[in-house]
Amino acid sequence: MLADKDRIFTNLYGLHDIGLKGAMMRGAWDGTKKMIEMGRDGIINEIKASGLRGRGGAGFPTGLKWSFMPREIGERPHYLVVNADESEPGTCKDREILRHDPHLLIEGALVAGFSMGAHVAVIYVRGEFIREREALERAVAEAYEAKLIGKNNKHGWDFDVIVHHGAGAYICGEETAMLESIEGKKGQPRMKPPFPANVGLYGAPTTVNNVESIAVTPTIIRRGAAWFDALGPERNSGTKLFCISGHVNNPCNVEEEMGIPFRELIDKHCGGMRGGWDNLKAVIPGGSSVRCVPADQIIDTPMCFDTLMALKSGLGTAAVIVMDQSTDMVKIIARLAHFYKHESCGQCTPCREGTGWMWRILMRMSEGRAEKREIDMLLDVSKQIEGHTICALGDAAAWPVQGLITHFRHEIEAKIDAYAANPDKDGEVTEKMVMEAAE
Amino acid sequence: MSVRRLDKVQPDSFKLSRENLKWAKAKIKEYPKGKQASAVIPVLWKAQEQEGWTSEPAIRYVADMLDMSFIRVLEVATFYTMFHLSPVGKVAHIQVCGTTPCMLRGSEEIIKVCKKRIGQAHKVTADGNFSWEEVECLGACTNAPMVQVEKDVYEDLTPDSINKIIDDFEAGRTPRPGPQIERQFSAPSGGYTSLTDPALYDGSAIKKKPAAKKKVVAKKTPVKKAPVKKASAKKAAAKVAPADQHKPQGLKAARAGGPDDLKLISGVGPKIEGILHSLGFFHFDQIAGWKKKEREWVDGYLRFKGRIDRDEWVKQAKSLAKGVK
Repeated sequence: MLADKDRIFTNLYGLHDIGLKGAMMRGAWDGTKKMIEMGRDGIINEIKASGLRGRGGAGFPTGLKWSFMPREIGERPHYLVVNADESEPGTCKDREILRHDPHLLIEGALVAGFSMGAHVAVIYVRGEFIREREALERAVAEAYEAKLIGKNNKHGWDFDVIVHHGAGAYICGEETAMLESIEGKKGQPRMKPPFPANVGLYGAPTTVNNVESIAVTPTIIRRGAAWFDALGPERNSGTKLFCISGHVNNPCNVEEEMGIPFRELIDKHCGGMRGGWDNLKAVIPGGSSVRCVPADQIIDTPMCFDTLMALKSGLGTAAVIVMDQSTDMVKIIARLAHFYKHESCGQCTPCREGTGWMWRILMRMSEGRAEKREIDMLLDVSKQIEGHTICALGDAAAWPVQGLITHFRHEIEAKIDAYAANPDKDGEVTEKMVMEAAE
Repeated sequence: MSVRRLDKVQPDSFKLSRENLKWAKAKIKEYPKGKQASAVIPVLWKAQEQEGWTSEPAIRYVADMLDMSFIRVLEVATFYTMFHLSPVGKVAHIQVCGTTPCMLRGSEEIIKVCKKRIGQAHKVTADGNFSWEEVECLGACTNAPMVQVEKDVYEDLTPDSINKIIDDFEAGRTPRPGPQIERQFSAPSGGYTSLTDPALYDGSAIKKKPAAKKKVVAKKTPVKKAPVKKASAKKAAAKVAPADQHKPQGLKAARAGGPDDLKLISGVGPKIEGILHSLGFFHFDQIAGWKKKEREWVDGYLRFKGRIDRDEWVKQAKSLAKGVK
């Protein structure tokens, strides 16, 4: 298990002073000037050497991303945009950083911003996180006050932080939709290329990073890339905030080492599986957008990008949604389908129409009011959405459905059979009746 | 995509209050020159905070203010689902998260309560005070199920606790936000499994830094803690361990008449009550008498850094003690 001294977010649970003084006691803003003195390349190389991969879901190497920014600052200013639009179902880690450890984020924004030549960072907080935004705004004001950021600050790199917010649109977590939203438009993703590093916010070079990716960087540089890289398996370095929800005894957020086996994660931090390990049915290991994994495949799997990718799922945001034997898989995936139907921005037809189709078919299937051939039709619809849209929301909507059909096709079929056997029951699935009969 | 239309009944006009206008002007200034459209969401949101919902005159007002065409602001107001395009309950508009992680922990039961108490979703009660709706993931999944009312969230709900929250709103009280069970935010409810090392918080984090940098640890070998470090951590722990001289005087047993129900203090549950008893505290007046140093001692003992002051136990205990007498 990860030792406390190797944890980065030491105020994860808000037990300690959130203010600047408390944050400094815990090590924030310590030696920041020295980091700036390392120079742009020094910082980027250190982050590359640490093996940090983006914490927003895709797992793209952070140092490499920063190096895509133009070397010279031309006529257009450079921007850093911090993605705090945390809306992926199951994910609630950035929220803890915003409300309990905001100074790590602000310090990280300064260091990252400097490394890419940006004098301005925009932190885009999801609209619903109002208290979290207030906490962040207080921290930003404190940092300005203490001359840690702002014009002519102590670190010798002029740096402004704008706290911006959304108003309830999941799609704004997509980087180009976020840029549109900051510009005051509907959050509809842009075509790529051009990539934001060339044409981003206000048409200027921009890098968009997740809150956690930015907030871990100062600590990585303080303690050295070797420290971070030594944690976790090869190519999956470091620590990670896990959000464990669903049918465990004590759901919680916790920072752990990458590659911790699923069973150990749950036993150590969540008081074990509800009803014991035999009761585990399936896990969605990385937020709603990845495919679910059945119990026998996940139970001893190390939780990191590569191992979960091998299971055709993903670490995503490390939002681990645990489901026990009582779970109606068809119903819960239908609810996710409703989420994507609700959150589709409407720009691309396959996604706008397809998410609705999938939801309606799944709703019928969850009651059993369907035919078995429709299962393949549903799979076909999902394949027609996947990869045919501007952004990844289409893929994200398709994958949970595909995961359901791959691993739990028998459950859909059982529902259809049960309904066919008792069509008079008007949608009432017979499981209930079987249970009653058994009693 | 959700279809959203402006309300049929619209007010005649809209104006930001003087204070809000000042705020909006400052907000616009934060963005680069000529990019005032960036402020559209924050300013519209402020307008909604003022009025309770987003009306057509408000949309036109914001468009004029930001020098945007009306249709662009209308697009924004209809695209982002947090803008209520019709009036909502004046006392409370309850947004119940119904997405999968909350569903797994029983959000359907919470929705049932809302239906029973308030009625149909999106429909304001006859007195204009309450409304509710099901929303998509609100990002507090480890504290599911949960609801949001205006700025605050109420987490770890049960049908009983949501009923109590609605009762509170009906009675004109504001319920205490956050987890409705004994729990520190998103920490595991069974007790802390991490972040218990006092050396993280005594300032030693600032002093010992380059050690890790020099040591090039071979990949895959477990990072062993040098025994020297452990000792220093222990020493540090001893240093911050609260000195017993500040331990407030407890009683051996409750006075005649039995102990007070300390659970009435918000922030105290059955478990903490047990600990308080074991420390010799059975009565409100005892807690009401804690001095600063003593509060700190108990705080340190409970590992609840700051909770006693944050929840104002002493103040609560004082008023409760008056009630007992």
